[in-house]
Amino acid sequence: MEERKPAHVLRSFKYAAFMNEELRNLSLSGHVGFDSLPDQLVNKSTSQGFCFNILCVGETGIGKSTLMDTLFNTKFESDPATHNEPGVRLKARSYELQESNVRLKLTIVDTVGFGDQINKDDSYKPIVEYIDAQFEAYLQEELKIKRSLFNYHDTRIHACLYFIAPTGHSLKSLDLVTMKKLDSKVNIIPIIAKADTIAKNELHKFKSKIMSELVSNGVQIYQFPTDEETVAEINATMSVHLPFAVVGSTEEVKIGNKMAKARQYPWGVVQVENENHCDFVKLREMLIRVNMEDLREQTHTRHYELYRRCKLEEMGFKDTDPDSKPFSLQETYEAKRNEFLGELQKKEEEMRQMFVMRVKEKEAELKEAEKELHEKFDLLKRTHQEEKKKVEDKKKELEEEVNNFQKKKAAAQLLQSQAQQSGAQQTKKDKDKKNASFT
Amino acid sequence: MDPLRRSPSPCLSLRPSSPSTPPCEMLGPVGIEAVLDQLKIKAMKMGFEFNIMVVGQSGLGKSTMVNTLFKSKVWKSDPPGLGVPTPQTLQLHSLTHVIEEKGVKLKLTVTDTPGFGDQINNDNCWDPILGYINEQYEQYLQQEILITRQRHIPDTRVHCCVYFVPPTGHCLRPLDIEFLQRLCRTVNVVPVIARADSLTMEEREAFRRRIQQNLRTHCIDVYPQMCFDEDINDKILNSKLRDRIPFAVVGADQEHVVNGRCVLGRKTKWGIIEVENMAHCEFPLLRDLLIRSHLQDLKDITHNVHYENYRIIRLNESHLLPRGPGWVNLAPASPGQLTTPRTFKVCRGAHDDSDDEF
Repeated sequence: MEERKPAHVLRSFKYAAFMNEELRNLSLSGHVGFDSLPDQLVNKSTSQGFCFNILCVGETGIGKSTLMDTLFNTKFESDPATHNEPGVRLKARSYELQESNVRLKLTIVDTVGFGDQINKDDSYKPIVEYIDAQFEAYLQEELKIKRSLFNYHDTRIHACLYFIAPTGHSLKSLDLVTMKKLDSKVNIIPIIAKADTIAKNELHKFKSKIMSELVSNGVQIYQFPTDEETVAEINATMSVHLPFAVVGSTEEVKIGNKMAKARQYPWGVVQVENENHCDFVKLREMLIRVNMEDLREQTHTRHYELYRRCKLEEMGFKDTDPDSKPFSLQETYEAKRNEFLGELQKKEEEMRQMFVMRVKEKEAELKEAEKELHEKFDLLKRTHQEEKKKVEDKKKELEEEVNNFQKKKAAAQLLQSQAQQSGAQQTKKDKDKKNASFT
Repeated sequence: MDPLRRSPSPCLSLRPSSPSTPPCEMLGPVGIEAVLDQLKIKAMKMGFEFNIMVVGQSGLGKSTMVNTLFKSKVWKSDPPGLGVPTPQTLQLHSLTHVIEEKGVKLKLTVTDTPGFGDQINNDNCWDPILGYINEQYEQYLQQEILITRQRHIPDTRVHCCVYFVPPTGHCLRPLDIEFLQRLCRTVNVVPVIARADSLTMEEREAFRRRIQQNLRTHCIDVYPQMCFDEDINDKILNSKLRDRIPFAVVGADQEHVVNGRCVLGRKTKWGIIEVENMAHCEFPLLRDLLIRSHLQDLKDITHNVHYENYRIIRLNESHLLPRGPGWVNLAPASPGQLTTPRTFKVCRGAHDDSDDEF
């Protein structure tokens, strides 16, 4: 075979496998024991632990952190945010809660600075980006060749609590715009915050106004599931009370002979867990005790799948051709891998070229320096020679002068001695003459 | 603890980092445990699936064993092959049933392999079986990488393969060894000694020890695999099981009256062999392992380990495969891979990195 193939790739099997399509219902003649299956499943999930991620969207100071503290009966460390944030940013914090043998990894994401800016056009963008980023991270993990989904820390937002300010009139346009952008990405549960500022009758009007506005604007909020008999009833009754008007408080006030979470005013005490006062208990029921699993499932099967579908279609995949579907994914892997390798090679080439260039430059520099040195050396040599010549010339001159001087000296001495002699002769002659004149 | 492989996720600054999760004290009941009930309800509504394959030569009692396990006539008639000339090629028969017990619905698929090891030349007789198993993985993979996926992908992957060892009393035959070596890397294999009523207790023990030694010598990792033990409790429990594997089983689907009780058993001239009696055979152990305690674990290991292995090989080597659907790569692993099964921690929160041969 010319093409490289792994050994043992079978082209056809000599086997005939047929599936019996009719699903017969078998009757069991005794206890088999697989009724323990749900328990086996639950045990496995318990040892793994659960993840739950809540996103709280609302203006600064509307009571998001307090409500989280009240919901989970604990004090999450957080300082109140300032109103001076230049933009909306999301702050995520993870906590581990344990109740009996259930471990819950809770992540609370806060929108810091929401509604504080003067220009709120882009307020929703960081939120949408964050949600998409979590989906993207999960998608990346899922598309990997070597992946580990079973111990992946799921950070996708399972529930978004939208805090509506208790104005008593209607939804703000910022609320509508934000909710419209978020409804296809996350399960939205709208709640009216600080509900103790609204009177009962106003509250009723407010709630219906909000719901009708949501419907008329086509905002899809989370629908509590009503297809399962055990929870259908409670979900149906609770849905009527949407959006839940909640009051949050971590302080305890003595009521009767018990301590209860409440807010104390001069005119009375608002009890958090009293259903006549606010819908906190309903929110807790719906969010945690009844529908937590459904929220997670909706996030995974609806919102995440939608994101995945859009993302893959964006990357250019289609399902219409079942033949090419798995292979086009492979092709992309290949293409991406080749692209990556190509880029690496290009970078390598670039680096090599740069290196060569640098070496050349350095070499030129060094050559220049060498030349300079040589020139200097030549110059020095020449100068030295010149000096030497000068000195020698001077020496010669000096010697000549010395010779001349010696000659002159000798001549002068000779003259002197001659003059002496002739002088002596002259005196002698003079003496003789004198002597002669006497006679 | 075995090393755990965690692939580093792309570092997005927007993701909250998981290691820093401070534990929080809750001052009162919140209701988080209710999620367990929610899970149960969801699971009961969806129902469970279980696919089991029985492999062994004809006449070892595979079909009877399946009937005994699920206490019903899974096979409508006499197993094929009785009185019929042995098929020239290996055939795989799959039957799917829905059984219900106390509100729990189980979709059970049993795949039988008549003709295995029956020919004179049994070369590569495991190939069709491996092909079938890989084809199920392939179908699941194709469903998983669709753009518009189904909400719940139907799971036809083989979760457990029960291998019937003939009760020779000596040791594993070369066919058994070859088959087990290849299969234990692709699927969870549970070997059992078939027709154990032909062996006495001492012979059984000796046979079992020899088989265990054979398995160790040839590095065959049968279920429950040691590397997937999560914690000390699992280790203890599974060690006890591993000590008894392979189980010596007897299958029977006829009832007889013993001491006033109605029991499943085989009636012979020298006595009645009670299937559910631990003193007679180890069928209850097999049943408990497969159904009552480890069913979910079998499925999890199939999904998290074997399926992922298949997926990696498939995605990595796709450029070697010619284009076309239905192609399956049956390359047996190189000797290096044979000795070190993929170390993978199933459902664990601990984070360690590991290196593997990929």
